[in-house]
Amino acid sequence: MTTVSNLKQQVLVTIAGSAALVLMLVITTAVSPLLADEGNERWLEIKGLLFGDREVRDGASLLALETPYRAMDAAVVPVEIKTLVTQTPQTYIKKLYLVIDNNPSPVAAVFHFPGKKDWQSLSTRVRVNAYTDVRVIGETNDGAIYMVSNFVKASGGCSAPPTKDPVAAAANLGRIKFKLPEAPADGSQILAQLLIKHPNNSGLQFDQISRNFIPADYVRRIEVSYNGEPVFSVDSDISISEDPSIRFGFEPEAGGELKVSVKDSTGRTFAESFGVGKGESG
Amino acid sequence: MKNRTGEALPVPVNEQRKWFRGSCWLVLIFGMFWQGGCMGGVELVEVAPGHFVRFGLQQEPSPQNQGRIANIGFIVGERCVAVIDTGSSLREGLELREAIRRVTQLPIAYVVFTHMHPDHVLGAKAFVQDAPEFIGHAQLADALARREHFYLSAAKTWLGANFEGTELVLPNSAVTGIRKLDLGGRTIELEAHPTAHTNNDLTVFDPTNGTLWLSDLLFVERLPVIDGSILGWLRLMERLSGRDYAVVVPGHGPVVERWTHALAAQRRYLDKVATGVREVIRNNGSISQAVSQVAADEHDHWLLFEENHGRNVTASFVELEWE
Repeated sequence: MTTVSNLKQQVLVTIAGSAALVLMLVITTAVSPLLADEGNERWLEIKGLLFGDREVRDGASLLALETPYRAMDAAVVPVEIKTLVTQTPQTYIKKLYLVIDNNPSPVAAVFHFPGKKDWQSLSTRVRVNAYTDVRVIGETNDGAIYMVSNFVKASGGCSAPPTKDPVAAAANLGRIKFKLPEAPADGSQILAQLLIKHPNNSGLQFDQISRNFIPADYVRRIEVSYNGEPVFSVDSDISISEDPSIRFGFEPEAGGELKVSVKDSTGRTFAESFGVGKGESG
Repeated sequence: MKNRTGEALPVPVNEQRKWFRGSCWLVLIFGMFWQGGCMGGVELVEVAPGHFVRFGLQQEPSPQNQGRIANIGFIVGERCVAVIDTGSSLREGLELREAIRRVTQLPIAYVVFTHMHPDHVLGAKAFVQDAPEFIGHAQLADALARREHFYLSAAKTWLGANFEGTELVLPNSAVTGIRKLDLGGRTIELEAHPTAHTNNDLTVFDPTNGTLWLSDLLFVERLPVIDGSILGWLRLMERLSGRDYAVVVPGHGPVVERWTHALAAQRRYLDKVATGVREVIRNNGSISQAVSQVAADEHDHWLLFEENHGRNVTASFVELEWE
């Protein structure tokens, strides 16, 4: 079952890669009125592709989702996901889907967790193309599926050209930055922020001079490990904002090293490592 | 004319007329009727000899204001005319063209775009019939080409029927550094700036009378909008504050006697945003925290604060977290 949904997720991602098909989806999205029922219809379609006929349960006891009701900038909409239950090797969320129903490519990201460590918070920033439900769907290690969702008012985030300064953006492409608070001495969780300089071009912007769509060029996979153990990995897509940001909680150890590797849709890879230990500050 | 806080004057254009200053409110009321009564009769203010401005309303674009929200205008020389920005639609561009023809029959040789925003560039098609040189910052064509679809569909939503016939006209002439245009009797200087309000800001200076069209590098009374780089904009204001100009034409809001005060107000706001956002970043705070906390005390000093402040903070946050 998991393999099947994996495959279908791949199909969605592949569709996103093709500008022409994406455009068709955009048009469909633009034309369909944004009534509640229509939104549900779109979700049912996405749900079918991702999970087939598996049951999706209410996740309010497991997950919390924080989004602004009205986005300030549709190209940079902050999303925070919190776990309400301690993640243990016995019971943990192994996959987390971030879905934006009315975006041209609705699956913004799929996070994978190894389940060895607890985490409490995960944040990123997304593009929102039209008023939409934003959903977080967690699949636990025993195969159950839980969902929470919020409605977000924003529009134009995917087709808008978010790069304010393309020259500066190109000069810094691939730069990786880690931001860490002072690590507490007691070894409790800290929130680390990973920042990647990348235009995350959606492939939806038409360039009138070249008479072509600016090719899709976006971060496709990020892997984060700490002292050789994976912390999480994520398959990301064009709905993630320019200069992807992921903020995540983890527990530092003495003399630790965080490693990040990034792969984009054109095949470029970027990697960086940072010394992050207990009592050290970023 | 002092800096106003709070409610909008609906027709700030009349504030410019010296001869009406004593009865400003009466004029405003008259102005509202007059504008309502003869649509298309564009009111011009000659802010300096040969410099004519059609002041925009301090509002977001809507079907009611038909997108007439930016300050647009023209400069008349002895030989020809240079248009400075064209408005939000073909209709608005044609109104400006009619207004020019009420002032002079000289050929319209140049259309200068001060930057990419739709309320400034989308009236350009009205001037294609004059076959002028369409001039912009060297990065303007690329910026517009990327945004064409987005801007046109947004303008269509804002303007409804008034959008009819509107098309994007790309510049056919690019400015890097300074370019001089001889209008006959006066040679104006176009200066392309590093990224500030946008990555394609261009100012227009007339050394014969010390008039500077700063366009959207200066917002007066209306909250500035960051669509380029807050750091770049602060640097540019630092440079500008050392210069001396007789008249400064902002992109939005009235021409004020003491333009340095308007610049200082804008600088205070942008400084406060930068300082506040940096502090949130230093404390590992989020964008949402920054939006609710930063520069909240500026609320009462600006028009359209609610509409634009959150986006300004967001844009500053994603810029400053890379410092």
